[in-house]
Amino acid sequence: MKMAGFLLLLSGWFLVLAAVVLLRASGPQAVFVLAGIAVEILAFVLLFRAHRIARGRPE
Amino acid sequence: MSAAGAPLPDADLLSAAFAALLIPFAMVGLAAINAGLGRSRNAAHLMTASLCVVAAAAIAYLSLGFAWQGAAGGPALVLSLGGKDWNWLARQPLFLRGIALSGSPVLLQAWVQLLCVGLTALIPLGGAAERWRLSAMCASTALLAGFVFPLFGHWAWGGGWLEQLGTNYHLGHGFVDAGGSGTIHTMGGLAALAMTWLLGPRRGKYTSEGMPTAIPGHNGVQVLFGCFMAWVGWLGVNTACSILFSGSGLGSAALIGLNTTLAAGSSGLVAAASTRVRFGRPDASLTANGWVAGLAAGSAGCAVVPPAAAILIGIVAGFLAPLVIEKLELRLSIDDPGGAVSVHAVGGIWGLIAVGMFARFSMGRFANDGNADSGQWVAQLIGVATLAGFILPLVYGLNWLLNRFVPHRVTPEGERQGLDLHELGAGAYPEFMTHTDEFFQR
Repeated sequence: MKMAGFLLLLSGWFLVLAAVVLLRASGPQAVFVLAGIAVEILAFVLLFRAHRIARGRPE
Repeated sequence: MSAAGAPLPDADLLSAAFAALLIPFAMVGLAAINAGLGRSRNAAHLMTASLCVVAAAAIAYLSLGFAWQGAAGGPALVLSLGGKDWNWLARQPLFLRGIALSGSPVLLQAWVQLLCVGLTALIPLGGAAERWRLSAMCASTALLAGFVFPLFGHWAWGGGWLEQLGTNYHLGHGFVDAGGSGTIHTMGGLAALAMTWLLGPRRGKYTSEGMPTAIPGHNGVQVLFGCFMAWVGWLGVNTACSILFSGSGLGSAALIGLNTTLAAGSSGLVAAASTRVRFGRPDASLTANGWVAGLAAGSAGCAVVPPAAAILIGIVAGFLAPLVIEKLELRLSIDDPGGAVSVHAVGGIWGLIAVGMFARFSMGRFANDGNADSGQWVAQLIGVATLAGFILPLVYGLNWLLNRFVPHRVTPEGERQGLDLHELGAGAYPEFMTHTDEFFQR
């Protein structure tokens, strides 16, 4: 679960990079950057949950 | 050299050199805060560790790190992506070879960067205190200072791709982090988060039902004195970094001093007021955390936001810091005795975002770089996404690997005994009866 969280973090970053490289119009570029950050936030949720489970705390 | 690679006037270099002399005060302040927020049985260990970590960071950075980070306008590894040049990595010689050892602006930049690395390396100590072995701390610091910091430092301060977002993609003036909210504080705070995940909480921090127990710091006066020291040091960090890496110029020095003080002051006051409202009395350690959070948040925009905005940045930071400390401890099982994650990572990220909201680029190199202000918030978010999405996994991965060879965590017996006795063989306060096992479950 922790590994998945870190992979998701990297995926979010790649999404942000792809938005910068591939999109020229400022609107879609900003939307994709925000989407990348949303993926990173999801990754943090996963990582914090993984940490709680590893510590034996109930969800 | 400024961030744009143009030579700086002698007056700017001189003022940056004087400001750099203040930076060690920030290190002393952080070390005092971290030690004061820990228990007395670990106080000498934390101060010794702070010294060793700064030393390890300096050696690793000058041996390896500066070669990757370099200085703006220096030789670099540039890749072409989508028809644009992306500056990924500096290509300076190892061990500072080839750089004039007298009168060289690049050497001044190397010195300031070295001090910033030392400051960054002290931040994880606060989060992982009281259970992190000294040798593992030094090895982890060597990785941070030799590889991780220089990478992001080059992108943000050394003319790298984040700084080029303005010229290449018309995203404002590119990623702006004048005083190091991202390069120093968010990086240090995220490294602290990685270490708290790797190490787990201190023994006795959580009951078998998962409820956290209070483990108060042993010296509140030391913590608050550390805040004063940190403030002095931050004036140096923000001034030196803004001049050298953002080309802010000597004319911005007064604004930088004002903004640094206002952000810290408003943040500390809000933290004191919010704990007064919630707990009936202002909490000294959370007020200290709020003060440092204001310093961390105010750094990125210290040279480009008006003073009123610095107060607003501080107010938000002072509100966030105590709240996040509580949420991390109660809800997310993050045992962070020094509040490093909440103060430095969250404060730093807020500071970076605030630049996109409040900055006015009418001075220094920004006034003449030919870029419009629009899109600045996107550039700031890209920097934040890079720290969270690339730097955090990198730090965690390197430390996870290191843990296979040099175990990070002390033995349960060593933790019970206290790291002063266990690792150093002598306590910080030998003439006092210092501790019992009151914080351990029986």
